[in-house]
Amino acid sequence: MACYLTTGKHSNFYVAFGTVLLLLAITAPAALLFGFGGAIAARSRFFPLAWFGKIYIAIVRGVPDIAFFLFFVIALDQAFEYLRHRWKCPDWLEPVRQGNDFVVCQAAKLPLSTSPQWMHEVYGFSLAVLTFAIVYGAFAANVLYGAMQAVPRAQLETAEAYGMSQRQTFWRILVPQMWVYALPGLTNLWMILIKATPLLFLLGVEDIVYWARELGGTATPRFTDYPHGDWRMWYFLALLVFYLGFTKLSEAVFARITERLSHGQATAAGEAQRKAAHA
Amino acid sequence: MKTLILSTAALALSASFALAQDMVRMGTEGAYPPWNFINDAGEVDGFERELGDELCKRAELTCEWVTNEWDSIIPNLVSGNYDVIIAGMSITAERDEVIDFTNNYTPPDPSAYVAMSEDADLDGGVVAAQVGTIQAGFIAESGATLVEFATPDETIAAVKNGEADAVLADKSFLAPIVEADGDLMFVGGDVPLGDGVGMGIRETDGELKAKFDAAIQSMKDDGTLNAMIAKWEVSSQFE
Repeated sequence: MACYLTTGKHSNFYVAFGTVLLLLAITAPAALLFGFGGAIAARSRFFPLAWFGKIYIAIVRGVPDIAFFLFFVIALDQAFEYLRHRWKCPDWLEPVRQGNDFVVCQAAKLPLSTSPQWMHEVYGFSLAVLTFAIVYGAFAANVLYGAMQAVPRAQLETAEAYGMSQRQTFWRILVPQMWVYALPGLTNLWMILIKATPLLFLLGVEDIVYWARELGGTATPRFTDYPHGDWRMWYFLALLVFYLGFTKLSEAVFARITERLSHGQATAAGEAQRKAAHA
Repeated sequence: MKTLILSTAALALSASFALAQDMVRMGTEGAYPPWNFINDAGEVDGFERELGDELCKRAELTCEWVTNEWDSIIPNLVSGNYDVIIAGMSITAERDEVIDFTNNYTPPDPSAYVAMSEDADLDGGVVAAQVGTIQAGFIAESGATLVEFATPDETIAAVKNGEADAVLADKSFLAPIVEADGDLMFVGGDVPLGDGVGMGIRETDGELKAKFDAAIQSMKDDGTLNAMIAKWEVSSQFE
């Protein structure tokens, strides 16, 4: 049993846990950044920017995730390669689209077909992070947009009365206060993001669900030293424990953050904290 | 001097082109033993691994193996993420419209039904097949109800848990499974499908196709291909 659990195939499985955690660690801040940008754009008084923000939020939220992950990524990859193609091979005369084929010159390939496999994997992973960030950024943008609107108008008016500029009001009063309103929505997003990581396989990144299916599948004695029946249930049970444990941990962390952010806020939670401190 | 620099640059450029051309990325599924599978060490293994490595050696190409889900194996080829599909893919007219095939490296091979009992209803019952395979196409046109699965392994599991009455797949894939599992058995006769298995290559990649065609021919001629087919028991041999 111990030998079975330490085969090369299993190490790939263990590494995949790292891949998923790394993806979450990079994607979450990136999506938040996209969301913040989107929310600011949507609130902008400069019309084209406001339109851009609102269209980004509306379109990305409206397109099914699976369609986004299947087609958008291939399109994104082709767009990058096309730009590089125009830049690196201006003398190329043949069309880029030939029937079904998408053909760019060798120098424009991303990554170059001569580069080692790990470069391809890193590139695929980066595409995945970017796609996740764009998709979840749109949801985050909507949450943050709502949170910014939820900050009591009286707070902003007071800031203006003290002579703060628009920019100062935004960064010193609005942004610090909006987080507590944004947090429930962002918590939801984080939970959904954790569960969405199996979409990685659509992007060619081998994640834990892929390996669980591959390892748990029936192994006939001819092709392996460790034959077994259909063990997928046990592998998926392990994944279940992992995902539940991880979301439980996240909940605990978010509970603490909420408590901190409520401190001194003009909300019911903030009020309750104030009273508790007095008593 | 200037021309000298230019021609050196051109030379360097063509050299790097040649180099780039010689690196061929081989896309496979890695879930279809004995054709291709991931072995205990986590590497691609099987008939097509051995065959592909030999073909690359004969065609003097450097090859690298990548795995891709069966569902999106053709879109990723035409989009240029790898250069060859070598995944037990049968040559059919339908696929030939989208991509090109090399000459077949196995002869047309029978498919077969596997079920839990001798009297499974193959013509009117529920039959499982992997999505996007010739077997799935065949069932869809027969009277039976088709249920499709993303991986070959799941089609077997569907029969085992009663979701499907039978599964239709390449006989060479089913044989080791039936051998290892006492509950499963072949039912009905063999079903001849497809025009043999070949490598899928982009339609614009004629040069690569020619190289592999020549390599496959040379393996057919000296008998090594037949020996390899016999070793992995993937299909009948060439005459």
